[in-house]
Amino acid sequence: MAPTTPQEPGLSAVPSYEEEQSQARFDALIGKDSRIEPRDWMPDAYRKTLTRQVSQHAHSEIIGMQPEANWITRAPSLKRKSILMAKVQDEAGHGLYLYSAAETLGTDRDELNDQLLTGRAKYSSIFNYPARSWADMGAIGWLVDGAAIANQVPLCRASYGPYGRAMVRVCKEESFHQRQGFEILLSLSRGSEAQKKMAQDAVNRFYEPALMMFGPPDEQSPNSKQSMAWNIKRFSNDELRQRFVGMIAEQVKVLGLTLPDPELRYDEETKQWIHKDLNWDEFMAVIKGNGPVNAQRMERRREAHREGAWVREAAAAYAAKQVQSEVA
Amino acid sequence: MSQQNNWPLWEVFVRSSRGLSHVHAGSLHAPDAQMAVRNARDLYTRRNEGVSLWVVKSEDIISSDPDEKDAFFESPQGKDYRHATYYKASEGVKHL
Repeated sequence: MAPTTPQEPGLSAVPSYEEEQSQARFDALIGKDSRIEPRDWMPDAYRKTLTRQVSQHAHSEIIGMQPEANWITRAPSLKRKSILMAKVQDEAGHGLYLYSAAETLGTDRDELNDQLLTGRAKYSSIFNYPARSWADMGAIGWLVDGAAIANQVPLCRASYGPYGRAMVRVCKEESFHQRQGFEILLSLSRGSEAQKKMAQDAVNRFYEPALMMFGPPDEQSPNSKQSMAWNIKRFSNDELRQRFVGMIAEQVKVLGLTLPDPELRYDEETKQWIHKDLNWDEFMAVIKGNGPVNAQRMERRREAHREGAWVREAAAAYAAKQVQSEVA
Repeated sequence: MSQQNNWPLWEVFVRSSRGLSHVHAGSLHAPDAQMAVRNARDLYTRRNEGVSLWVVKSEDIISSDPDEKDAFFESPQGKDYRHATYYKASEGVKHL
């Protein structure tokens, strides 16, 4: 639906009678786990949180096209090439579904695009790690897309309708991504010694960054509580990370590979997966722009935008001409 | 930094197979109707999801006012006699 204008913030700090009524209606909808739709009244903080989260998610899909797009020309067979292209197209699609959802909160597409291109907006830190070998295509599919799915499945029930609907579409398409990654690793693992080593090396490099995709530990994630109270988030960062570690700890056995984590074990008493301490200093550094390829990813995005300018201009000129000839 | 496109927003409706209605799938931006249909195909039917597409400019859609929702949809309330389940006397009677 068309973007709505955000509620004007009231001049006085005391909420008016109408605002109180609106807040009560909003609280009631959240209370019975119903959905908020674009034209409903919503608190400014809810709108702001969602705009940030959904647009960052969209940016991540768009930047996330790069590590894999770089491997399309080097994929080892025509089949693998076609699969990789389909996956990159899906990521573009996911970005577009999410931008549409973000726009319904009142920020237009050009502005969202601008936030990414000027570096004002963030995207998932995982895409600031380079994809060095073909095996990385496998590790990214299995671990990175796997972590993304674990994160995204509960978001299908997010309280904001357009976000939930976009996530349903994304999740349906994403499961092929994880399976194809797993298959790449399995082929390599069953290949020559050198191929198996390449697969293990990729898993070694992506294991920790993938676990960090769920965000900081709960006690260091102050915004999570509010997001859960609003039914945007359904599980905490640590809960989702636990779930994911449990899944890959089993899956890695089928691959005949190991996870680079000597401390990894299931603790029967606490019913928790114990994994090694993650390097959160590195996580913060990458988020702040000091990851291995932050600059390269941003430059590539700006370059693609510049190089596409003539296409956008031509399309706009053609559209304008058609309108003129209709009038004439 | 980026030039402003200000391309209109279009709502996309997909008919998944013959005999079914077009159902709202999502939205997209495009400079004109023809590009909107092509983009809709690329964006919403990458896996055979449709046999027909509609695109409509979002601004052309007229919708009911969400603030008047309760009053606007009040009429059917208390009129459960519009549903077959209201009528109990015929329970147990075959083919009725």
